[in-house]
Amino acid sequence: MLVNQFLFLGAILFCIGVYGVLARRNAVLVLMSIELILNSVNINLVAFGAMWHVTDPSNLSGQVFALFVIAIAAAEVGVGLAIVLLIHRNRQSIDVNDVDLMKG
Amino acid sequence: MLALLVAQNIAFYIIAALMVFGAIRVVTCKNLMHAALWLVLVLAGVAAQYILLAAEFVAITQVLVYLGAIIVLFLFGIMLTRTKTGTDDNLDNSAGARRMAALIGVLLAGVMGYSLWDGFGKREFGDLLVQRTAQVSDSIFSTYLLPFEVISILLLAALIGAIVLARRD
Repeated sequence: MLVNQFLFLGAILFCIGVYGVLARRNAVLVLMSIELILNSVNINLVAFGAMWHVTDPSNLSGQVFALFVIAIAAAEVGVGLAIVLLIHRNRQSIDVNDVDLMKG
Repeated sequence: MLALLVAQNIAFYIIAALMVFGAIRVVTCKNLMHAALWLVLVLAGVAAQYILLAAEFVAITQVLVYLGAIIVLFLFGIMLTRTKTGTDDNLDNSAGARRMAALIGVLLAGVMGYSLWDGFGKREFGDLLVQRTAQVSDSIFSTYLLPFEVISILLLAALIGAIVLARRD
């Protein structure tokens, strides 16, 4: 298998996620697109980890970093959805275009 | 060995095609609940790719954390905030903004594709060794012990923060 197969898959998923963040206006869908982005980065980390593991079997940094990213993604979704719930409770809408209180 | 490699490649391309299709459905679908269910397909595909990369522990963690916990959290979020059932035309920005977003996505894909091809070309993995869970845990609890502790504090802070934000008073 080529390393680039996995890297291209990660890049395509990343771009789809970026499209989702920019094109969606529902806050939950924006969070889902962010999950896509984080997963594409994780594919890259694990692919690079596997690549270095072949040359240096004691090196597992790629996987360890992927696990850290998974933990941080879980924290991000928890706090993000709590914020979305709070916005919904205060404004009865989770349209990200309506949340412009800090716009100058 | 060659037969195994061919099988791995076929599996990769089938799973990758499913994942890209699912991801496109996540960002274009008109029904929130369906978008969450398409996300399940993508996340399961990611776990399968980890198995192909011989990373067993990350694959299992992906299934447990993403498919088990995060999707359920998303479904709760949808159910607690959704006002309309079924399809909803108000999920997307205007057509102009979507075209701009698609342009940015395609440009980004072009730049990343070119630099990846330039940087790695036809580099092969070689014979992938299974990266055992015991080795991963050795690595976490020796080299990466401090980041691990920091992550624990971060998760605790996120937990408390989510409770404080979501409680009603």
